[in-house]
Amino acid sequence: MRGRAAGARHRDRGLRVRPGRAPWILLLPAFAGAAFLVLPLAGLLVRAPWPDMARRVTEPEVLSALWLSLWTATAATVLSLLLGVPLAWLLARTEFPGRRIVRALVTVPLVVPPVVGGVALLFVLGRNGLLGQYLHAWFGIGIPFTPAAVVLAQTFVAMPFLVVGVEGALRAADRRYEEAAATLGAGRATVFARVTLPAVLPGVGAGAVLCWARALGEFGATVTFAGNFPGTTRTMPLAVYTAMQSDPEAALVLSLLLLGVSLAVLAALREKWAFVR
Amino acid sequence: MRERSAVRAHALVAAAALLLSATSCGAEDGRRLTVFAAASLTDVFTELAGKFEEQNPGTEVVLNFAGSSELAAQINTGAPADVFAAADTATMAQVVAGEGLDTDWAAEHGENGVVFAANTLRIAVPPDNPAEVGELADLADEDTLVALCAEEVPCGAATAAATRAAGLDIVPDTYEEDVRAVLTKVELGEVDAGLVYATDVVAAGERAIGIEFAQAAEAVNDYPVAVVSTADEPALAAAWVDLVRSGSGAEVLAAAGFEVP
Repeated sequence: MRGRAAGARHRDRGLRVRPGRAPWILLLPAFAGAAFLVLPLAGLLVRAPWPDMARRVTEPEVLSALWLSLWTATAATVLSLLLGVPLAWLLARTEFPGRRIVRALVTVPLVVPPVVGGVALLFVLGRNGLLGQYLHAWFGIGIPFTPAAVVLAQTFVAMPFLVVGVEGALRAADRRYEEAAATLGAGRATVFARVTLPAVLPGVGAGAVLCWARALGEFGATVTFAGNFPGTTRTMPLAVYTAMQSDPEAALVLSLLLLGVSLAVLAALREKWAFVR
Repeated sequence: MRERSAVRAHALVAAAALLLSATSCGAEDGRRLTVFAAASLTDVFTELAGKFEEQNPGTEVVLNFAGSSELAAQINTGAPADVFAAADTATMAQVVAGEGLDTDWAAEHGENGVVFAANTLRIAVPPDNPAEVGELADLADEDTLVALCAEEVPCGAATAAATRAAGLDIVPDTYEEDVRAVLTKVELGEVDAGLVYATDVVAAGERAIGIEFAQAAEAVNDYPVAVVSTADEPALAAAWVDLVRSGSGAEVLAAAGFEVP
């Protein structure tokens, strides 16, 4: 190692920037950037009513919002995996006319404001929506104002993160293994299940974590499409917003709780799945 | 998303100040009346501003609409208002306690401003009234999809007062963050009924029907108006208040769904 380091130093002799010392023109904005991201969160910690904390986070309304958030985000992630992984495979591994357009369309929820997604869902799946009116007339099913609407809103907003991540992993994966399996007589479904999927599992895991985090934080589409009722559709972000209307301190407590829980879950996943980096 | 932070209030003050300085060259002889008014007065005051400018040639009316409490905060941090019209007496009280009213005007008309209009709750239903709602008690029916304002926002407090007066325990299907969101859910037919203000029903036109109910009398929102102590044009400001309280002012207010005392 030492010889290699010496060699590197030797090669760098002609450079103006000496190795090991970052130039201030990068350091300064880097510190400013880190401070900008960390300070608001630190502000939450400083302003939090710590003596009251334990009592406030165990209030039934808070716990029901947290539980609702956790299970809906998980359900949205499962739904995204079931639909999104095959979609990513379709985009990465097949050729069909209009594939580029389809890819652009399915990533639209990444760029539109979530509230627009909520409006769109309401106009399609609402009681008077394009499809929703038939669900309501034929089966008596109304989706808005139910936890199902929360899951759908979250899936709409979060699934593209998974699709983009998995598609990238599929494109980066070495296809020779798949070709070898195919030449040995495996069908396309078998190749996918036994070769492709195991190879891109880290990418799927990373995409799922990102998808879950995005679903957990979903606000705009949820409040527009699913409504806001304690225990049914009032997830943590909605609870934070509602509390902010009258009791900023309660909003602070809820924000900290959401922050703590999501960090804990992400850290635990990272521990467990070493491949998620 | 909306944030009600002090930072935003300051930004608004700065923006309002910029706007005022930018428009100051518009008035021919420099007479300019600045009116801060609750957002629900947008249509009414915009119409009255046209009348006022006609009656007082060479005068320009600058209107600043926002949530009442936001406006009160702006006035109390030094925003240049001549007149303040609030959607409830509590916010007017904040200005009375803060920046204060014009002493001469207040001595003559009232220390807490004068109430010039009132807004009451209505049951709003979609035009086809799918759940056949006729009175407040129908909203307590479990099969009726209901949207109400969250209790944390002003219209939610009014809703709670009315339902309490009726002795009803109405459990809605969603608590919306403001009265317009309730109205939208009704207009789209996503809920069978919601509680909104009479002015909202008028604004909805044919997209919703308003149903009066007796207990609404328990939750009347009074709209006070006053000349603020920082007024540069106290005489013009007093004339504005007179116009709002005049017959033609009452006409415009009533057409928008307000009750006029």
